[in-house]
Amino acid sequence: MPNRSLVLKVLSAVIVFSAWEIAGRIPVSYAFPTFLESMNALVHMTIDGRLFSAYAETLQPLAVGIAISATLGIALGLWIGLSSWFDWLFSPIFIVMQAAPLAALIPLLVMAYGIGLTSKVFVVCIMAMPVIVLNTAGAVRNTPTSLTEMGRSFLASDYEVILKIIIPAASPVIFSGLRLGISAGFIGAILSELKITPTGIGDIITYSRSIADYPSMYAAIFSIIFLAVLFLNLLEKIEATLFAGNVRGYVSD
Amino acid sequence: MDMSPTRKNVVEASGFKVENAVSTRKISKNYGPVEALRNLSLDFPKGQLTSLLGPSGCGKTTLLKIIAGLLEPTSGEVEVNGRAVTGPGPDRAFVFQDFALLPWASVLRNVAFGLELRGVAKSEREAVAEKYIRDVGLAGFEKNYPHELSGGMRQRVGLARALAVDSEVLLMDEPFSAVDEQTRRKFQEDLLNLVQTENKTFIFVTHSIEEAVYVSDQIAILLPRPSRVSEIIRPAGFRSKGAENIRRDLEYLDIVDRIWASLRTYVE
Ligand SMILES: Nc1ncnc2c1ncn2[C@@H]1O[C@H](COP(=O)(O)OP(=O)(O)OP(=O)(O)O)[C@@H](O)[C@H]1O
Ligand SMILES: [Mg+2]
Repeated sequence: MPNRSLVLKVLSAVIVFSAWEIAGRIPVSYAFPTFLESMNALVHMTIDGRLFSAYAETLQPLAVGIAISATLGIALGLWIGLSSWFDWLFSPIFIVMQAAPLAALIPLLVMAYGIGLTSKVFVVCIMAMPVIVLNTAGAVRNTPTSLTEMGRSFLASDYEVILKIIIPAASPVIFSGLRLGISAGFIGAILSELKITPTGIGDIITYSRSIADYPSMYAAIFSIIFLAVLFLNLLEKIEATLFAGNVRGYVSD
Repeated sequence: MDMSPTRKNVVEASGFKVENAVSTRKISKNYGPVEALRNLSLDFPKGQLTSLLGPSGCGKTTLLKIIAGLLEPTSGEVEVNGRAVTGPGPDRAFVFQDFALLPWASVLRNVAFGLELRGVAKSEREAVAEKYIRDVGLAGFEKNYPHELSGGMRQRVGLARALAVDSEVLLMDEPFSAVDEQTRRKFQEDLLNLVQTENKTFIFVTHSIEEAVYVSDQIAILLPRPSRVSEIIRPAGFRSKGAENIRRDLEYLDIVDRIWASLRTYVE
């Protein structure tokens, strides 16, 4: 029931925000503002337009990076999952990428690509792509053989087997990979703004901290988390409309 | 050979095979070190129902998949209507032991899936699918998804899907294993009707001796791995006696006993 899940979402938000407010009032730390102070700062930032110009900056590497990671990641994942040769060739790269400590790679990226958009897009992709590729490949590899066999016995071409059986069967895991990848992409975007050059939201965070304007700092952090949650919900909607059967569970026997 | 219809009918009625829809020649199949089939040769007469009966794991599914063109035999060959099988074809349809339904598709789409892959227009294929859904007794469940059905109902979806493509040879891997006894008996009768009315060749895997004897024109008893045909039995006398009387017929009971006697050695 959508209503019930909405109620639960609102309820959990209220609990988290109240806890934040209380923690801010105790206060846990002098650098920890209350929820209301932070919201107040957020409203100010929105009104004076700082928030919008910040996002105009931050969203560039984020959007480009996520778009590249999603399309290239799913395409590569399909390929890796379908061909053992490709698996052998590419899987290790993404496993290493997933395990690599990103902060250590940033200086290398900056050396190679400078401090502009390119480096930031790379950071987003390094964060987002591996999980998308590996999830997609794993899901494709684990398509139940009985389904692909059924397709072949009813004369499906290879292309139809991929389109009508493998992709729908893999789509729940592909989408969970996308969710994880996109969350990681958000982290990557902020990380790149904190570690490469302070721009956009990263700049607000760094600058507010340096002048001890903690409500603004938390407001900026809150806004990016809020945006990420909004985006993930949108993704869920897309999945539900694209693959209506996915919410219906699986039968294998 | 004289192939005029009258002559053909006469010959068939007297129990001789005229043509084979499917023949397997010296089929062997190894899964790595596991030898599933060895030198298995068997003919499946056109328009008749042949059962494969044998202990679990003896290679019945393997043989069926080789005939379907889904598996390559390690050696030997399969002919369907005189042509060597190199892969799946429109002349054969498969009912899978594990149903193999698309979990994200409704009953209607699942049943129409074979026709969808053959490029039949949506409205046309759905009309055909609806007919077969009714035939297997699932009318009213067209919009349901597989996980909302019981095991027996899922099995019937798989059956309807195979019937819907209207191919000459039906490969049925334990198609009634998950339905209840009443439905099973009804299906057995329906199957006998299908064999009589449609000029299709049925290859039917079952674990039930009674079922095999009841529905078959020919029963092939398979030995355990590596599998060969140990015996071919052709029940002849009681087919014309009507559905209710068969189970009491002496020949029927005799054959059931005989098969049990030859299979029980592998159970013990
Ligand atoms: N893909 C596979 N890889 C390895 N061994 C296999 C494979 N498929 C089947 N086998 C082996 O081949 C043998 C025959 O299997 P098959 O599924 O054909 O048996 P079956 O007669 O259909 O059994 P059941 O009546 O239980 O369905 C089994 O011993 C099984 O272990
Ligand atoms: Mg089997």
